[in-house]
Amino acid sequence: MNIMLLALSAALINNVVLSQFLGICAFLGVSKKSKTAVGMGVAVTFVLTLASFVCGVIYRYLLVPFSLEYLKTIAFILIVAALVQFVEMFLKKYIKTLYDALGVYLPLITTNCAVLGVALLNVQKDYDILTGTVYGLFTALGFFLAIVILAFIREKIEYNNVPKSFQGFPIVMVTAALMSIAFFGFSSF
Amino acid sequence: MKLEKDKPVERLWNGIYVENPVFCLILGMCPTLATTTSATNAIGMGLSTTAILTASNLMISLLKKVIPDRMRIPSYIVIIASFVTIVEFLMEGFTPEIYAALGIYIPLIVVNCIIMGRAEAYAGKKGPVASIFDGLGMGFGFTLALLLIGSVREIVGAGTWFGFKVTPGIYEPVNLFILAPGAFLVMAFFVAIMNKLKIGAARRTNWDPTENGCTDCSSCAKLGFCSGKAAVTEEAGKKAEEVQG
Repeated sequence: MNIMLLALSAALINNVVLSQFLGICAFLGVSKKSKTAVGMGVAVTFVLTLASFVCGVIYRYLLVPFSLEYLKTIAFILIVAALVQFVEMFLKKYIKTLYDALGVYLPLITTNCAVLGVALLNVQKDYDILTGTVYGLFTALGFFLAIVILAFIREKIEYNNVPKSFQGFPIVMVTAALMSIAFFGFSSF
Repeated sequence: MKLEKDKPVERLWNGIYVENPVFCLILGMCPTLATTTSATNAIGMGLSTTAILTASNLMISLLKKVIPDRMRIPSYIVIIASFVTIVEFLMEGFTPEIYAALGIYIPLIVVNCIIMGRAEAYAGKKGPVASIFDGLGMGFGFTLALLLIGSVREIVGAGTWFGFKVTPGIYEPVNLFILAPGAFLVMAFFVAIMNKLKIGAARRTNWDPTENGCTDCSSCAKLGFCSGKAAVTEEAGKKAEEVQG
């Protein structure tokens, strides 16, 4: 029950993009078309879940026993970078269809701050490995939801008559603000 | 105004005005939106980023002949992450209130695209002195932008500035502005105003991604309004694949 609540809160109430501002770059950059947004969303979900698990294991069984907790920032960013490379090589060799679907987006996830952010939050909140992985998975699903919704709205905005100064970046930000207000509604549950 | 290229004054002016990382380049959006709930937090985030940016720029510029080209990105990441860890400790020790308020966003400076962007576009190619001033300029530009957004959000949303009450008693603060939606709204209006005044927009159309160290566009917030010379998402992906062989 507790873990259900955590999952729901990670995906909707404390949405990673709309209330914690993690992964904004990808959220704004890859949301122009719904197809690319879905690709990015799936790739982030995949890497984020894996990264929160691996970072959790390494932190608990390697950094803590040697009291090297202060190295966590360096360790986690290297883990994420290495993991992305590894996942890419693995998929290329063994699961070609998934690689073709994700390939383009995988290398870009290293600098997605949602991945590093969740790994650090897991440590900060002292989650065990299972809780951390579930938290990572549902945070990623929250990202997926947000980026796909934004992409659908942006495809509609293309046909709207937006004031000249607001064309491009500003109207996307206004859209994000309205989405953020909508997601605020979840916190009253 | 014409300034001599790669000189300290030109670098400072470039970072603060010509290529302001937040308003002109739309870089570093995560900390910009997340840490501008008050003017104090904005200054804290801006100055810590400036310190890390200047130090990492200097270090990368000094080591540019030692670092092999293929191992460039991982080396930069390690250098940046080391400075972030140092700053994290210093802030925890000397400014615990700001450290607590900024929380997870301090270690996340590692993935701030401004720092990586400057390493790739400038410090990895130019001399140490120019790189220091490039870091300072970009850092001050970032700090000023954050201060501006933070001030608007704090004054409108809480009626205070740096914690002191500045609005008359009858003003009812609009709480929304210090919450998450306010960040998006304030940023939207700032960029819209700049578009209207032709400050940022005129420059952005001249933005040439190939000259500025952009290697891909997919994770870039500028994708929607870049000069168009940039490779679209798919092409960038193919290029990345080719590089990795």
